[in-house]
Amino acid sequence: MKRRSFIKQVLNGSIAGSLYLVWPMSANSLDVPEQIPGIRGKEYDSLNREFAFIVDITRCIGCGSCCVADKREYDVPEGNYRTWVERYVKGFSDTIYVDSPHGGLDGYQTPRSDIKEKVRDTFFVPKLCNMCKEAPCVQVCPVGATFKSPDGFVLVDEKRCVGCSYCIQACPYSVRFLHPKKKVADKCTWCYQRVRKGLLPACVQVCPTHARKFGSMKDETSEVYQILKGPGVLTVLRKEMGTYPALYYKGARREVI
Amino acid sequence: MDAAHGSSVVTSIANFVFPNDFHVHWSMMIVLYPYITGLVDGAFIIAALYYLFDVKSLKPVARFSLLFALAFLFCATLPLLLHLGRPERNLNMLLTPSPSSAMAGFGYIYAVSMGVLIFIVLFVYRPDLVELRATSKGRLQMLYRVMTFDSVDLSEDAMALDRKIIRFLVGIGIPIAVVLHGYVGFIFGGVKANPTWSTPLMPVIFLFSACVSGISAVILAYIVIRKIKGRSIDHGCIKTCVNTLILFFILAFTFEMLEVFSHSYLKSGYHHMVEGLLNGPLANSFWLWQVKICSVIPLLTLGVMGLIKINKSLYNFLAAVVSAILLLQVLIMRWNVVIGGQLMSKSARGYTQFHPEWFDKEGILAVMAVMALPFIILFVMGKIFPFWHKESQTNVKET
Repeated sequence: MKRRSFIKQVLNGSIAGSLYLVWPMSANSLDVPEQIPGIRGKEYDSLNREFAFIVDITRCIGCGSCCVADKREYDVPEGNYRTWVERYVKGFSDTIYVDSPHGGLDGYQTPRSDIKEKVRDTFFVPKLCNMCKEAPCVQVCPVGATFKSPDGFVLVDEKRCVGCSYCIQACPYSVRFLHPKKKVADKCTWCYQRVRKGLLPACVQVCPTHARKFGSMKDETSEVYQILKGPGVLTVLRKEMGTYPALYYKGARREVI
Repeated sequence: MDAAHGSSVVTSIANFVFPNDFHVHWSMMIVLYPYITGLVDGAFIIAALYYLFDVKSLKPVARFSLLFALAFLFCATLPLLLHLGRPERNLNMLLTPSPSSAMAGFGYIYAVSMGVLIFIVLFVYRPDLVELRATSKGRLQMLYRVMTFDSVDLSEDAMALDRKIIRFLVGIGIPIAVVLHGYVGFIFGGVKANPTWSTPLMPVIFLFSACVSGISAVILAYIVIRKIKGRSIDHGCIKTCVNTLILFFILAFTFEMLEVFSHSYLKSGYHHMVEGLLNGPLANSFWLWQVKICSVIPLLTLGVMGLIKINKSLYNFLAAVVSAILLLQVLIMRWNVVIGGQLMSKSARGYTQFHPEWFDKEGILAVMAVMALPFIILFVMGKIFPFWHKESQTNVKET
């Protein structure tokens, strides 16, 4: 091959490759199968949508995959967490030992070495935004940057947020933080941008034990609908706060806060 | 509660802080914010007692109190701007406020307070400004013309009308001042996620402690400035100020203690965390400094000053010392509420720590700059608006 044609081919390839990178592509064109049925192929009527998130504590193995997926999806800054996994250890004296080193991002690969007593029980509790129906963060935001979408997602408009941190103080679950670079409030969104494309939240998709469940409450065949409308016992965190979360826990012990 | 006594059970579970709770989001600037608005309120109370309630003995400090309040009010938004992550968007609070948020009202309440206080100062100082207008030229004269509302009439009728206007403005200024600082307290009291803040007593505590700090500041500033200038100190005035201070401090301290007692007695949700906080991370700053050193000692001293007849120079000296301690008390109280309240993780299982930095925009140097600025403004204002009435500007040594 002549040098001239070689350079030509390389340049053509580079341009084509660059176009491939910058060309806006919808989830559909990525050919990822729809994960939340009934969203694609029709207009998204946000007024007629409702979703729920269920965390099944009895299934979580504390592998940290959800945290890794979340960090990759959003480039979450070090030391801040949109989601994390807590490890609860219950001793025979009924003492509760809780920790979440690095937010559980590295997975719980070794047992705690500082507990001297015999361990009765251990379990993991993933935490994320509770998407409260009566969200204190929405109430206190002075500029309406934190708002509730008609389909029930509590979101932050980062172009409007003034970074006063009032929402961070008001959140009873401490799921919010001030983004150290953007200087605005940030938090878990249940991957709203994915949901709108019919995809599950990143943490739900990667969970190997199906401890995180997400789905539509307008779809009677969805797993979350059937669990929530079924006879099983579900709890929400800090019920006394009157926030009415859309995040439910299955199998949460009373020690979980 | 066990946490207070460090029993093994609580010690072993008091170990978990939510990962996002390690950082204290509202730091020293948010300590200064209620402190500065409190100084404004307290100083305004002194002025109101003279201009509205005709407490004649307060005449020597009445004008100074107004200027003091105004100088600090000018700087009240500065800590907030330094605190905001995106200060360039601060006007969003006024332009697109969210009616559901307590914080959204601050801009409006602040603007109204500022407007009313500026008008009061201009009316109080109209005779001085008319004099300045007559001796100035060009743009400066135009400025004085605006500041005197284009009226050089200093007749008895005109002055009587001015007094009526001042009384009216101070009359509406009192509820505005109460709202301004009660509201600042409500910003904290309205956070249900934080058990140390979430109490209807918070606005009341903030309001009374505001009066304490403002009155103390006026007493201390009056005594110090008069001493430096070698001028007489009006004992009757100091006595009225101190008596007012006694009243407000008893109320403030009672409500501060009532809040702690309520947590302890009611044993409502997470009370063990509040007790653990006060007896753990805040043991020194709350019990030792806020309560024992800066509240009990002034309370006893004020009791002596109120009940026992002591000579005037000792009285004035004690008034200055007590005022200085009470200024510190209110600052520590703000610290314990604002920063202390955030040391408690919402996990209800552990406490975080706060280490102030020197060079941060919310650091110690910035705090010193913000606190120095009102005094610089006050000094500059003093060049146009004389602090003291002419009749008290005698070079008599201390009475």
